[in-house]
Amino acid sequence: MEDVVVEEAEVSGAAEFAPALVAAHPLGHSVAVAVGPELRVFDLKGGCAVSMSDDSGGSSHSDAIRAISFSADGILLASAGDDKLVKIWKTDSWRCIRTITSEKRVSAVAISKDGLYVTFADKFGVIWLVTLGEDGEGQVSADNKPVSIFGHYCSIITSMKFSPDGRFIATADRDFKIRVTVFPKNPLKGAPEIQSFCLGHTEFVSCIAFTHLSGGSSFLLSGGGDSTVRLWDYINGCLLDTCHVKGKVGELAEPNETEDSNLAVADICLTNDGLLAAVAIQSLNGVMLLGCDHVDKKLSFLKVITMENSYIPTSLASSSSADLLWTVMGASNMPNQAASQLLTRVRIIPRFKKDLLASSDHSPAILEDSEVPYGEKLLLALQGSLDISKQEEVLASVLAALKVSMHKMLVKKNYSEERREQRKRGRNDKKIKK
Amino acid sequence: MTRTNGASGGGGGQQAAGKLPRKRFYRARAHSNPLSDSHFPIPISPDDVELSQHYPRYFPADKDEHGDGEVAAPRIRFADVGCGFGGLLVGLSPIFPDKLMIGMELRDKVTEYVKERVLALRASNPGQYDNISVVRTNSMKYIPNYFRKAQLSKMFFLFPDPHFKEKNHRRRVISMQLLDEYAYVMEVGGIIYTITDVEELGIWMRSCLEKHSLFEAVPDEEIKVDPVVKLLSTATEEGQKVARNGGQTFQAIFRRISLQEE
Ligand SMILES: C[S@@+](CC[C@H](N)C(=O)[O-])C[C@H]1O[C@@H](n2cnc3c(N)ncnc32)[C@H](O)[C@@H]1O
Repeated sequence: MEDVVVEEAEVSGAAEFAPALVAAHPLGHSVAVAVGPELRVFDLKGGCAVSMSDDSGGSSHSDAIRAISFSADGILLASAGDDKLVKIWKTDSWRCIRTITSEKRVSAVAISKDGLYVTFADKFGVIWLVTLGEDGEGQVSADNKPVSIFGHYCSIITSMKFSPDGRFIATADRDFKIRVTVFPKNPLKGAPEIQSFCLGHTEFVSCIAFTHLSGGSSFLLSGGGDSTVRLWDYINGCLLDTCHVKGKVGELAEPNETEDSNLAVADICLTNDGLLAAVAIQSLNGVMLLGCDHVDKKLSFLKVITMENSYIPTSLASSSSADLLWTVMGASNMPNQAASQLLTRVRIIPRFKKDLLASSDHSPAILEDSEVPYGEKLLLALQGSLDISKQEEVLASVLAALKVSMHKMLVKKNYSEERREQRKRGRNDKKIKK
Repeated sequence: MTRTNGASGGGGGQQAAGKLPRKRFYRARAHSNPLSDSHFPIPISPDDVELSQHYPRYFPADKDEHGDGEVAAPRIRFADVGCGFGGLLVGLSPIFPDKLMIGMELRDKVTEYVKERVLALRASNPGQYDNISVVRTNSMKYIPNYFRKAQLSKMFFLFPDPHFKEKNHRRRVISMQLLDEYAYVMEVGGIIYTITDVEELGIWMRSCLEKHSLFEAVPDEEIKVDPVVKLLSTATEEGQKVARNGGQTFQAIFRRISLQEE
């Protein structure tokens, strides 16, 4: 009995700290930020905040959004999270066309390359699939219930992505595993064929990113709680290179920051050509840039773009058209957090492409608020406020919560071990007394 | 996460060499919860499985480890999942003397027992039982950490825990989800053997295998002539117990196939 209680608590991770997320429309038409149950979208073509409408008949998000993802063509956006809802939005009208109810909390979501299916992962590590219908309108019969297509045995999926050619779906988990699964022609019958496992991380895997096809092949990058970014030949599950970010950050971060050995990789974002990777790292105020050599199959440390001390991005995004790297910092589900405090901070790095480093001119590495496209209008829409002092207060608490949360993820295993041992002892005691 | 210790892992042998360990010292909890996190070492990837510790005669320490190129190093080919006290491995070892086999067992003390048992058998039968070993692990979480794609030619699931309650069915060692992983580590043509004395579980295991597109039933004629099949109900401790009590058994034997295009 006791076993069961512990197991559920560990797997469900109730009311766990939820970092703010950012996603960029692949063609640069819009940018979305999620914090708590709020989905904020700014229209970069019209230059205005988007007001979302919902005629899917489902409820609105009422708890932390854990994942947002645009379809490859940018026609759809999926959002999902702790309220067990998966919502599909059409990005031309910003109407919600579909609300899918999961039995469990949702930790990751992705739309297949052809835009025909949405997949989402629940808190038991099971991956579900729903048909979206030919035109993305979701005009499909009511019995179009999610079907489970595969699973990671009792782990939590942290990231799920389709390969650029749409043939594979990659899933990363909290148990250091990355599974690459063949995405079949008829996925409704399940996805039983595993192409590879990418094994090498020694802690949870927090994020994965595919490079776009170049010369017929693409690579997978992953980041994790073991302070590494890894480069994979995902077809064969071969680890090609490992970049230890810890040493690199150590040289740059404040001395007292390095005391905290907690340098989990939080997010990875690649340029369109896949040659440059931006990496968000716990405790690093800024982003680290890594070069990704597709010929030598190597990662190389390039530089750190430092931001103000209190700014540690929780999520990164870029679109293939504009060379902007979007970064956001924020969180929900923090102790004593009021709904009015769902503030985020958005910072943008311009010219996010390989020649960013070669540039000899002195244009800024980070846009000032006044230089951001549509300026305050955009910031107000995505951040929720322009009030610097209010924001600073929130960011300070995000900073503290980030540290606690990552620390918890890292020590969780040891903790359960101790508890296990204790329970075991208890059991033996009983036997002896008998 | 460090390295695994094999059967010859030093220091463990309290027993005088050659003396078979007595089982009652190793009695452990009958049912384990496979969902709890591990506190035993797990190889990070199949490359980290220390074969020389498990099968020292096949991987002599004095030989240059990096002498690759000449003969391909042997690999583990059979896995007995939830091997219990190891009776199947002991039965299989002389039938397939050139195949490396591993038992996977969650319970610590049971694993220790099997280690001692193998060491004792090796000591009293020089030149034999060098191809079997055991590892303590949670097979439901870590199969891909031990075996590469298409590495195994046989997998065994003998008398697994039944987990009767509906909400515990996901703890069953055969499920649609886990069959994906077993199919991944098995070569096309490899065979998966399951047996149980619990009818409900027998039906469950068979139906999972039937539904899975990467497995197909092995025809009866083949089952009849497969020397391994007899061992399923006779070789293991659990099998012998069931036989003593005159219990019925239910087996499902399936072959790993490649995906059929429609
Ligand atoms: C009923 S016993 C059968 C043992 C043996 N196959 C036999 O026939 O005698 C089931 C065994 O599976 C082991 N087991 C259960 N779950 C396991 C897991 N997740 N990984 C490895 N072993 C497991 C148990 O500890 C137990 O020893």
